[in-house]
Amino acid sequence: MRTDIVAVLFALCLGSETAAQGFADLGTTAEGFAVPQRNTVLEFPADHGAHPQFRIEWWYLTATLSGPDGQPYGVQWTLFRSALQPQDGTGWQSPQLWMGHAAVTSATQHLFAERLARGGIGQAGVTASPFSAWIDNWQMTGDDDAGLDNLRLTASGSDFRYELRLDADAPLVLHGEDGYSVKSAKGQASHYYSQPAYAVEGVLYLDDQEIAVTGQGWLDREWSSQPLSPDQTGWDWFSLSFDSGARMMGFRLRGADADYTSATWIEPDGSSRSLPDGALVVEPLGFDRVAGRSIPTRWRLRLPARNLDVKVNALNPNSWMNTTFPYWEGPVSIIGSHTGGGYLEMTGYD
Amino acid sequence: MTRIAALVLLSHWRRQPVQLVTLILGLALATGLWSAVQAINGQARASYAEAAEQLGTRELATLVSTTGTIPLDRYVRLRRAGWQVSPVLEGRTKLGGRWVTVMGVDVLSHPTMTWLRPETANVTPDAILTPPGRLFAHPATIAELGTVPSEVPIVQAPNVPAGIVMTDIGTAERILQRKNQISRLIILKSQPRDLPALSDVVPDLTRISPRPQDAIARLTDSFHLNLTAFGLLAFAVGLFIVHGTIGLAFQQRRPMFRSLRALGVPLALLSRLLLAELLGLALIAGSVGLVLGYLVAAALLPDVSATLRGLYGAPVSGGLALRPVWFVSGLGMALFGALVAGAQGLRNLFHLPLLVAPGQQDWLGMTLLRMPWMAAGGVMMICAGGLGSWMIGGLLGGFVLLAGLMTGAALLLPPTLTVLLAWAARLGKGAISQWFWADLRSQLPGLSLAFMALLLALSTNIGVGTMVSSFRLTFVGWLDQRLAAELYVTARTDRQGRAVEEWLAAHSQAVLPIRYAEGSVLGQPTRIYGVVDHSTYREFWPLIHATPDVWQRLADGTGALINEQLARRAELWPGDRIELTPELTTDVVGVYSDYGNPRGQVMIGLPTLLSNFDGVAHRQFGVRVPDQQADALADRLRQQFDLPASAVRNQAAIKAGSLAVFEKTFVVTAALNVLTLGVASFAILTSLLTLWTLRLPQVAPIWALGLTRRRLLWLEVLRSTALAAMTVLLAIPLGLLLAWILLAVINVEAFGWRIPLHVFPLEWLKLGALTVLAAVVAAIIPARRLLAAPPSELLKVFTNEN
Repeated sequence: MRTDIVAVLFALCLGSETAAQGFADLGTTAEGFAVPQRNTVLEFPADHGAHPQFRIEWWYLTATLSGPDGQPYGVQWTLFRSALQPQDGTGWQSPQLWMGHAAVTSATQHLFAERLARGGIGQAGVTASPFSAWIDNWQMTGDDDAGLDNLRLTASGSDFRYELRLDADAPLVLHGEDGYSVKSAKGQASHYYSQPAYAVEGVLYLDDQEIAVTGQGWLDREWSSQPLSPDQTGWDWFSLSFDSGARMMGFRLRGADADYTSATWIEPDGSSRSLPDGALVVEPLGFDRVAGRSIPTRWRLRLPARNLDVKVNALNPNSWMNTTFPYWEGPVSIIGSHTGGGYLEMTGYD
Repeated sequence: MTRIAALVLLSHWRRQPVQLVTLILGLALATGLWSAVQAINGQARASYAEAAEQLGTRELATLVSTTGTIPLDRYVRLRRAGWQVSPVLEGRTKLGGRWVTVMGVDVLSHPTMTWLRPETANVTPDAILTPPGRLFAHPATIAELGTVPSEVPIVQAPNVPAGIVMTDIGTAERILQRKNQISRLIILKSQPRDLPALSDVVPDLTRISPRPQDAIARLTDSFHLNLTAFGLLAFAVGLFIVHGTIGLAFQQRRPMFRSLRALGVPLALLSRLLLAELLGLALIAGSVGLVLGYLVAAALLPDVSATLRGLYGAPVSGGLALRPVWFVSGLGMALFGALVAGAQGLRNLFHLPLLVAPGQQDWLGMTLLRMPWMAAGGVMMICAGGLGSWMIGGLLGGFVLLAGLMTGAALLLPPTLTVLLAWAARLGKGAISQWFWADLRSQLPGLSLAFMALLLALSTNIGVGTMVSSFRLTFVGWLDQRLAAELYVTARTDRQGRAVEEWLAAHSQAVLPIRYAEGSVLGQPTRIYGVVDHSTYREFWPLIHATPDVWQRLADGTGALINEQLARRAELWPGDRIELTPELTTDVVGVYSDYGNPRGQVMIGLPTLLSNFDGVAHRQFGVRVPDQQADALADRLRQQFDLPASAVRNQAAIKAGSLAVFEKTFVVTAALNVLTLGVASFAILTSLLTLWTLRLPQVAPIWALGLTRRRLLWLEVLRSTALAAMTVLLAIPLGLLLAWILLAVINVEAFGWRIPLHVFPLEWLKLGALTVLAAVVAAIIPARRLLAAPPSELLKVFTNEN
């Protein structure tokens, strides 16, 4: 039953219609939750912090790394917030709930852990300045007055631990219209921005190994109160960094009627351009049997406007996050018109 | 042909309805008692499995504070250090005018949430987590609370243990008015790697190892084994009835079998039909038995659950749930019993000579010639029981010994009675007396099964009764010794404890601090008490073995007292040495009895305890005051320190509570005892009833020789009474032996304590009188038919010898 409770509470974060059914009648502003507004001007560092008046929110960091021997690794650190009521509070009475997911992925291993916490007691939370996001002993902490530019990142599970340092000197990327990111033809939207250009170094502790790693990291910040339209069953989300220095964020929301795609192209200098529904074409090329489901782990992505035609392959097809609310999340490699690496997240494959 | 043959066979029951009723009732009684015990056992086991799962904390270590309350920030500090712990806030509060235990947990982190099962899932998460919240309680608990309005809605949750109200910790801290407080932290199973030491993170909290699984399991197992043994015994007694009735039914139908066979019904068909009849009857009787069993179990279960809850702390709900396996095992036992009982009849059928006149052979297949074999078998069973017990050892060994003794004794009964009757016959003078004893001897084979059942029931009654009464006597005496102080006080915190102690020093004759540490002796979690040197202990403490200078040794720190459980388990007695910590090894100077406690316990001098253990709580005290001042002092204590009523307890109240628990414990045993005796009496009745049919040919000649029917009737009654009296006489030593095994073997193995045997002759007298009365009634009913039988009936014996 705890599984049920948590699944229902956090279903919206991961956008599963089936698990979100318990909230089907709650998905509006009827309870007083704020709804993303077009023309909202994001303000930093304030917006790095939590938005308790919105139902859901996350701080989502992924990194593609390599060890001293060139072995590729992926690291995930995610903090989800889910609100029962649109307000903050102190003590156990707070309606804010938190969930953390952390993972380390190699070609042969996928280690992950989950943490749950109640808001209001200090076990988990986010402060905007100096930036700090935490749940239990997992932390993402920024330097004083540096916003999200310099982060220290730690997490540990029963079989892994990592300590990473992330530094970026590129600007934040606002997706959609100045951070107002539309998620369906019916108008569901979220506030969404990223820091896609971290240089990462640090140490992974796996078994009794201590592996020094370097690589690139990508932080996503998103909050909303109604991310999916009722007919949408899940999403396929890509964050890709090309060897050319360009980057791309792209997702497909799978709908019963039609898919909805969105993409943001980021030039090497950090300038970005959001592309409308249909500009990005994604198509699964191959499936793997993962956790009793058929999961597309090989993809073809085309963005004709940028002459992009690539194949995206999972480093480890078994990157299954068997958490309270399960989904697939893992590092990918890119070949074709562009080469590079990135992260892929897929939800809603039952 | 099949149909006709079947109809012919069944016509027997139409002519012998009493026999049919006896058969079905016997088998139903046997099945009923068996399945009642099974239902109770099953319910109790399922209850604690569920409770252990629901509360889910029994196998997990916990963190507690010596102050009794953990501040919320300790939880957060542990979490921020990576430790996966889950908070529990527990307290008593008045709900709708009744006191209940409220258990508040963090629904996100509590290890088991089975109490929130799908039936309660229509309660949305935000209803549980945000004010006013929800309370979850077993329907029985809700019923007890009545329909008093509560500020927090109560939800029915059948998986919450009875007597507990579960809720989210946020709701619990509000209704208990204990904001930001935690009673204990459960250390969850899965922990991340590279954690800092607990003592660095929360030096003020104490880690408590999980309660050893086997302690409660062992106790409750022995209780269940006890019940199962009773169930089997009842079933065996029931089988005696069925065996007798089925045997008779086969016997009486022998002419019918012979005719059917002579008319061309094949042996195979006949035996198949008889088998089908047997199974059909067993199914009917089994079903009746299941209903009976359910009723008995439903009536006894509240007492059983009270016992288990009170004595062992194992939560059992008072409601009875039907399990499919229970139906299957109940019907299975009925079928099995019928087949066992009918096996001999069916076997005889195969050896039935077609042309030999029936009625010449003994239908029970038991003759005086077999007596030596039975005697040998009985001796062998007893020896096998002893040998098995010696080889297997432990609690199971104890029960093997019991089983061997009981079956052996039952087998020995007919030969013993035969010998006794032979002596009696030699003493008898005159023709009638000679006939009486000889006749009795010749009747013995037919009656012996019934009397074997009676012997078992009687000796069990005496044995269990002796055990219970001995236990009670010992327990009451022990309570007086152990609860020597007039008042028992528990302060909220150590600081308050010190204040209470100071205050009491000025207001009472003596304050005896009750202070202990959780230690480990021989790898077993053991509570180690430190006591002050005071005459109360010298005068009252229930020592069963001790060196002469025991209290002096304790006071000067050179000795330890251990409880009987530990002494027996570890074979430690005065003169041996015991290691309490790696630095502290001391002499055992005495052993004290400690009933009702499954764990080992040690007592040392208070200074020794304090210098060897950290963080010893200082909150509990025994207070010596003159009896008549106890209540007044208790009131003043409560007022002075704002203590809840439950924190200051009067010795008399504790004693009454302990005794009430004890009495409940044996209600079930007593009830089963009465039922078993009832079944045995019924066995005698049916045996005599069935024998009567065969009896007529033997009595008729005596009548013809001039003995009046009234005289014959009295002789019949006398015969039954004589056998019953002899059985009672034999049952007494057997019952005492049984009691001795229960007290000195089973109890030691199951509980770790031995209880002195006390005898209660008055009880035996009552039981004997009751038994003889039953035998008289059982004899009068069939014998009255003799009185009522027209002479022509008796004469027929001579004209119509079948």
